[in-house]
Amino acid sequence: MKEIEITSGRMNPGIDPVLHAWGWEIPVYLFIGGLVAGILFFSALFFLRGKTEQYPTTVKRAPLLTPIFLAIGLFALFLDLTHKLYFWRLYTTIRLESPMSWGAWTLLIIFPLSVIWSATWFKEIFPEWNWKWSFLNRLDDWFTAYRKVLAWSLIFLSIILGMYTGILLSAFNARPFWNTSILGPLFLVSGLSTGAAAIMLMSKNKAERQIMSKIDISLIGIEIFLIIHLFMGFLASIEVHVQAAELFLGGPYTAVFWTFVFTLGLVVPLIAELLEWRGYHIPVKVPAFLVLIGGLVLRFIVVDAGQTSRWLYKFMQ
Amino acid sequence: MARYAMAIDTKRCVGCTDCVVACQTENNVPVGYCRDWIVEETTGTYPELHMEIRSERCNHCEDAPCVRSCPTSASHYADGGIVLVDHDECIGCKACITSCPYDARFVHPEGYVDKCTFCIHRVKEGKDPACVSVCPTHAMIFGDLEDENSEISEALKTRKHKTLIPEAGTVPHVYYLL
Repeated sequence: MKEIEITSGRMNPGIDPVLHAWGWEIPVYLFIGGLVAGILFFSALFFLRGKTEQYPTTVKRAPLLTPIFLAIGLFALFLDLTHKLYFWRLYTTIRLESPMSWGAWTLLIIFPLSVIWSATWFKEIFPEWNWKWSFLNRLDDWFTAYRKVLAWSLIFLSIILGMYTGILLSAFNARPFWNTSILGPLFLVSGLSTGAAAIMLMSKNKAERQIMSKIDISLIGIEIFLIIHLFMGFLASIEVHVQAAELFLGGPYTAVFWTFVFTLGLVVPLIAELLEWRGYHIPVKVPAFLVLIGGLVLRFIVVDAGQTSRWLYKFMQ
Repeated sequence: MARYAMAIDTKRCVGCTDCVVACQTENNVPVGYCRDWIVEETTGTYPELHMEIRSERCNHCEDAPCVRSCPTSASHYADGGIVLVDHDECIGCKACITSCPYDARFVHPEGYVDKCTFCIHRVKEGKDPACVSVCPTHAMIFGDLEDENSEISEALKTRKHKTLIPEAGTVPHVYYLL
């Protein structure tokens, strides 16, 4: 028998009985971060491959949403802070050991970059558009001339953004469920997949939807592979990791994860996209919508499950 | 350079919670919160039972994950390896809270993150931390590990001891004498 009790009482709000440091704000931000990374990545990639006119939604239109999405995500992050007026302290230091620090700096660069990248497409999307002040028009021309540089920076930064949303969590060895290097690539691939899904929802061009759908098929395949690997890794590891995996293999997250993330968010859209590829008529909105919901639910579950997995005081759950 | 640490004698501790109350009083810890707490662990099968009572708190780790994960350097190592939070640099992102395997930190109602400071304000005056100073059974020892003749160094040399979850890799500096 082993019985542990905290006899003095310990009920620190947000910590006991189960850690609840991060609520809805963090998973919403992680989802938006991945989605924006995906949209910007494909936009820059297809631009560099010279497919701007072939796939106009991917390259020109979808990025217009990214500054708005990022603003919502950043606002969610701001809401999560408990010492809000000091947020600027993020930008008085660079701490390479802290993923949150370099995430904050990446956001500081990628946010204006997403605004500039979208702005350079404005005149092509809305032919009547005119930036009222002449210096803005000159600036637009200048940035348009440097689109290639912008695109390469976006590819680089969007991969960091997508990856960091996972590494942010995997760096915490105090929370066994997060403490796996699979989380970085998993969130990156999931982010690219939600980006592709968002483009599929927006595009009216059949060829464009088909290429995004094909890309999405391979991304979902990689995601399923990574999820299986994640659990294999946990089950082959130390006790706390085995217990973390058991949260999803019979534990409280089993039903919600395997139903909403694995089946409805990955397997069903994968089959739908494969069938569409083979010529069956399936509205593209169905798999795209499922992928987006699955990506959001994945982040909610991962953020929540990580906080319930711990080394000490398991009796308090 | 000093290396401050604490040793708690589990053979002497009776779990009276005096240390908890002393800390709350000394440090003005808001009602409903605590920086230290008492754990009773019972192992074995009746009648062969073994009970261990521990006063637990921040372990002032040598490789502190809270310091590593802090994006603003608010969490830092102060003199003697004491891990502190600078209130004016803390943004309340809670990365340190999730990074602590001991769950020793919490968000103070004023917004910044708070935890045990080893009563650094008292230590600077040459006094023991509040919890140590009130312990009625003298179960707690505070001191400098760099000083070979300090009471804590002597205790760790002569007594069997352990730390909590050393496998988490943080090199904790609160020792439990067995």
